[in-house]
Amino acid sequence: MRRAEHGIRMSDGDNGVDVKKSVLRMTGIATAVLLAGGALAACSSGGGDGDSGSKTLRVTLANHVWTDIIKKKLPEFKKKTGITVKVAQFGEDQLSDQYNVKLNAGSDDIDVMMYRPLQEGKLFAKNKYLADLTDDVKSDSSWDWKDFQPGPVGSTTYEDNVVGVPIITEQEVLYYRKDLLEKAGLEVPKTMDDLKAAAKKISEENPGIAGFVARTEKSAAVTQFSSFLYSYGGEWTDKKGKASIDTPEAKAAYKMYGGLIHDYGPKNVSTDMSWSEAMAIFTQGNAAFYPEADSLYQNATDQTKSKVADTVGFAPLPAGPAGSKPYNVPSWALGINDASSNKDNAWKFIQWATSKKMTLEIQKEGVPGARQSVWEDPAGTATYPKDLAQAIAVSTKNGVGHDRPLVIKVPEAREIVGQPIVEAITGGDSDAAADAANPKFQQLLDDEK
Amino acid sequence: MTVTVSKPNTAWTSYSDWANRHRKWLFAAPAMIIVGLLIIIPLAWTLYLSATDAEGSVRADHDFVGLANYLQVLTDTTRFWPAVGRTFYFTIGALVLELVFGMCIALLLWRPFRGERWVRVAILLPLVATPVAVGMMWRLIFDPNIGFANQLLGYVGIPPQPWLSGEATALPTLIFVDVWQWTPMVVLILLAGLTSLSDEPDEAARIDGASNWQRFWYVTLPLLRSTVIVAILLRSIDALKTFDILYATKGKGGGSFHEVETLNVYAYGLSFDYNDYGVASAVLIIFFLLIIAMMWLVTYRRKGKEQ
Repeated sequence: MRRAEHGIRMSDGDNGVDVKKSVLRMTGIATAVLLAGGALAACSSGGGDGDSGSKTLRVTLANHVWTDIIKKKLPEFKKKTGITVKVAQFGEDQLSDQYNVKLNAGSDDIDVMMYRPLQEGKLFAKNKYLADLTDDVKSDSSWDWKDFQPGPVGSTTYEDNVVGVPIITEQEVLYYRKDLLEKAGLEVPKTMDDLKAAAKKISEENPGIAGFVARTEKSAAVTQFSSFLYSYGGEWTDKKGKASIDTPEAKAAYKMYGGLIHDYGPKNVSTDMSWSEAMAIFTQGNAAFYPEADSLYQNATDQTKSKVADTVGFAPLPAGPAGSKPYNVPSWALGINDASSNKDNAWKFIQWATSKKMTLEIQKEGVPGARQSVWEDPAGTATYPKDLAQAIAVSTKNGVGHDRPLVIKVPEAREIVGQPIVEAITGGDSDAAADAANPKFQQLLDDEK
Repeated sequence: MTVTVSKPNTAWTSYSDWANRHRKWLFAAPAMIIVGLLIIIPLAWTLYLSATDAEGSVRADHDFVGLANYLQVLTDTTRFWPAVGRTFYFTIGALVLELVFGMCIALLLWRPFRGERWVRVAILLPLVATPVAVGMMWRLIFDPNIGFANQLLGYVGIPPQPWLSGEATALPTLIFVDVWQWTPMVVLILLAGLTSLSDEPDEAARIDGASNWQRFWYVTLPLLRSTVIVAILLRSIDALKTFDILYATKGKGGGSFHEVETLNVYAYGLSFDYNDYGVASAVLIIFFLLIIAMMWLVTYRRKGKEQ
């Protein structure tokens, strides 16, 4: 009641102007103001592009050693082309959020984008966020597109169109502690059963030190678990494309990966560990074995970051019943935002950052690249620890080209296939969890058809 | 027509006439435009999305699906309803503890004492810390292997606890963190209320021989009721919407077992992780209605009592 009275009084005070009329006029004014605002905004952004489009390039990169090296070399690019590069840098999750918001809105304030082909590649390509680079990659024969390894190239190609250039590759290797193995009188494990026995012996003989540590958070663990899955003869999907995480092979792999952590892992193990937490346990000297991506090796060998820098060794992933089958994947690539108004310069930047010379220089600093010629060049692996270079060579030979299910909705799929891992880590029934996860994964596959 | 002769009809005067006649709209316009742009349009957009099957990209084609998303969400007993339960568990747990502790501290600080100003400043410190930094800090303290909390327990002979990493202990631990950070705000509000109280009713009760507890329960608390309700309103809205400390400590999805996944964390996951914009919008609209219903309950009950 009170509100109604108030309303009448207001219209009385309005010099007798009809309420309806004034509301209408108000709406008109509001619309006019909004339109004017929009027009102004459009003008300013249009003007900005006209002035600086050719000179300034906006590049969005992830936190990575690769990014640090590129940033140091940017003055060279500026000297060569006269283009100023503005780098925006984010952690993996924040980077995904940035892309989600900006690309969804069709924003053109990203020109070059660093993205994960296996995580977001299919989604971005399907949404037409990534510009078609098919003609660009063929335009310069000295830059040599054919030099890029076919596996990585496959994952940056969508429906026969090239949408990205792979920059960083990753293989899973086994990090281990030479001193602990020596003390226990053990050889480097060649098979999964050796690994289990060694982890058992070391954890029993050294109180406070875990025999084995690995990622435990269910999404983060999926990629490192994938090599266990392949080595046990399993796959995410069978040849007909049906979900196959409930096969005996997959169940055995779940049990091995999770069981190693449950039985010989750190006490009070949390199920929130991604690589940074697991790596911290290893580099603090609290674990003997740790399967992880080779691209992170400097965290373990850098004296300032690691207490075990002198005693860390690297070995190929131990063999399961199906042999040693680690993943060998392109973890990052560069693409061009389809909404960018500066595509020519964006391509110049990609061409510069992925040239043979740059790839070699970056690989020398410890970031594995995707160019075959660099791997064949002795200088390409000269700076690596010897055992790591050997382990990588084995991984690239037997490697499987994906470390997670090849679907569009990767984050959702990772949560589903990761559930049995967590179940095994916490000592639950991982077989039952795999049986429960399989139909859910199948549902997701069906939905994407 | 004669009017135009006596007053030069420039653009400015006609504008000023017009402005005079419409001053209430003119003055309110900036606020209304901002509310429209930042609240009403996004809300309407969310409402629209919640009735579509938008996924992957909001610019991609999507179809109108009516209430299908709502039906899917409301019948989902694996993620949605547990998230609702956790949201209320977290909110009510944090709110009750904050009110009890807040009231105790406010009563202690009410009467002047030596060093009062220093104590007040010290107590307010958690309030000014950034929630994400607070989350990171407690995450380190509560780390099951290298954290300070378990070391402290070790000194007194208690076995280490899983804290944030345990399926059952994660949410209570986060309630503790929320209480640590936000009790000072409740103290601040209650203290403001206490200071504005007149001493006379309390004095009268004391002369009548009322005990300390009786004076608090029958005199101070009823007088403070509206302040307490303000504190409840502000804190419960905030606690319902809590996202930062949950995300900073447990990441996406609220942990491997979704052990701290509240409605906000769930909606974030649906939208930013799964790119399921339709379903995410439906969850948010339901969440919005839940909050409105709760606020209405609190304010309605208050009005009912006053009349």
